[in-house]
Amino acid sequence: MNASNNLSSNNATAEEVISISGGAVELGGHTIWQNVNLGVKAGEFIAILGPNGSGKSTLIKTVLGLIPLNAGKITVFGRPARRGNQEIGYVPQRRSFDADARIRGRDIVRMGLDGGQWGLPFPFLNPKESKNISQRVEAVIESVDAASFADHSIGEMSGGQQQRLLIAQALVTNPRMLVLDEPLESLDLANQQAIANIIRRIAKEMGAAVLLVAHDINPIMSSIDRVVYIAKGHVAVGTPEEVISSETLSKLYGSNVEVLRTGDGSCVVVGRTGEIISYHEHH
Amino acid sequence: MSIIESVFQSSSVNFDGLLHYQFMQNAFIAGTIIAILAGTVGYFMVVRGQSFAGHSLANVGFAGATGASLIGLSPLLGLVVSGILAACGIYWLGLDMQHSRQSDIATGAIFSASMALGFLFVHLSTAQANNIYYVLFGNVLGISKASVLVTAAMAVPAFILVLVAARPLLFASVDPVVAEARGVPVARLGLGFLLILALVVAVAVQVVGVLLIFALLVTPAATARRLSSRPMVEIIISVLLAVIFTWTGLIAGYYTTFPVSFYITTFSFGFYVLVRLFKAFGPTGKVSTIKPDFEKSETDGS
Repeated sequence: MNASNNLSSNNATAEEVISISGGAVELGGHTIWQNVNLGVKAGEFIAILGPNGSGKSTLIKTVLGLIPLNAGKITVFGRPARRGNQEIGYVPQRRSFDADARIRGRDIVRMGLDGGQWGLPFPFLNPKESKNISQRVEAVIESVDAASFADHSIGEMSGGQQQRLLIAQALVTNPRMLVLDEPLESLDLANQQAIANIIRRIAKEMGAAVLLVAHDINPIMSSIDRVVYIAKGHVAVGTPEEVISSETLSKLYGSNVEVLRTGDGSCVVVGRTGEIISYHEHH
Repeated sequence: MSIIESVFQSSSVNFDGLLHYQFMQNAFIAGTIIAILAGTVGYFMVVRGQSFAGHSLANVGFAGATGASLIGLSPLLGLVVSGILAACGIYWLGLDMQHSRQSDIATGAIFSASMALGFLFVHLSTAQANNIYYVLFGNVLGISKASVLVTAAMAVPAFILVLVAARPLLFASVDPVVAEARGVPVARLGLGFLLILALVVAVAVQVVGVLLIFALLVTPAATARRLSSRPMVEIIISVLLAVIFTWTGLIAGYYTTFPVSFYITTFSFGFYVLVRLFKAFGPTGKVSTIKPDFEKSETDGS
């Protein structure tokens, strides 16, 4: 685990899309995590795991430039992390749209492209650009298999349909990195698998790195290259086999933790008291 | 007072043309400007779920208008100043960020306190008690030429600002988390919007008063949201409805003895009810045709 950390931080090259060295974040006088060293290479699929409140969302917010580090250094695409980076597509933690949120899915996707621009769009002033935008929006909607419902209003869609369009919104700028905060949360198993497959397929096609915060590793097990596991203010980085092991997690939690593996390769993390720390059906 | 008196007298005169009289021209010009602005800003207020803010700003405006009258200033000035202060208060207390119960409670508390303060100002004032009705229910037929100019001077820049900020404002309203990450100044837009809303409320009170403000600010936008789910189309419908209700209200008020703001509110509400009934019992539109088996076939396909 330490070896892989050192390797990635020593060989910081242009290939590295994220580099964090000695990172620490304090919020309200409370240290969320510290001594974080992480190097993410282009096209890598990283799962961020850990119990509730361990600072998984905080980690991706530092990458997005929304929360500054209190110690250490973070660079994204070789430059200090900053807000509004068009090269990062972001799908935040599930925000449910009200049933009366009457905006078409297509308009939600388009916001990812020009939602931040001032002034009104006048298609007749620049018909070519207007056409390009429509085509780009259409292409990304098709790539997440959302074409059949993109013209419905977002509030009337199912969770899985909404999530596809929010992923399309994040992808519409053709980002080099996709950051997703619990994108599979509150979806049924079939939709979890479908969304996980879409993310993996598109990231491969675009060569984009993926940072995916998950409560449960199992639906994404076949996609991930490395795991970032956050617990008790500390972070372990490595392959799923290295990190999701009784030894590594016991060290991280500072207490005896056991990882159970089922016949089909799914895993369940159990604390010594019998409390299940992370497992498949967490509801 | 002279304008109010002239209005009072002219209502007993036989009119030969709707726009023959200066006060009617003033009412149409100011009413149209205010309706266009209120229809646009009202759309964003509804999308942002900030009806409570509009309501609170109007209530505070009552105290502001009566207070200004008490010390011999223009009620419109009182509305603007109190509205701007209240907008800042709502923003700094974070009331615009908390939804439902907190803002409901705040609205209720502000409503009582402002009404009481306004009542005190009216009690202390020596002016005719008639004034209080104009602040509460509007007095569009009493808008002077000077007021039309002041209204236009506030409304036109506010309208342009809202259009320039339309896309980031919509993004920040629908999806604040992603908008923030994308570099949209979500917090500053929130404050800016409240300040513009305060201006809109101040000018709209002249037409429909603090109590009927939602007839121009909420109902057209809420109706438009029932008729489309495309933001630009909704804004246009909202503006058209606000203008139509204002014009029909003015015409109806001109030919009958009932007040204009009564008509504006009634037309606005009546049309809203018709649209709701049509949507509930009429043929279903495109937006609401997600079939029950729709989702199933989607997940099977992937």
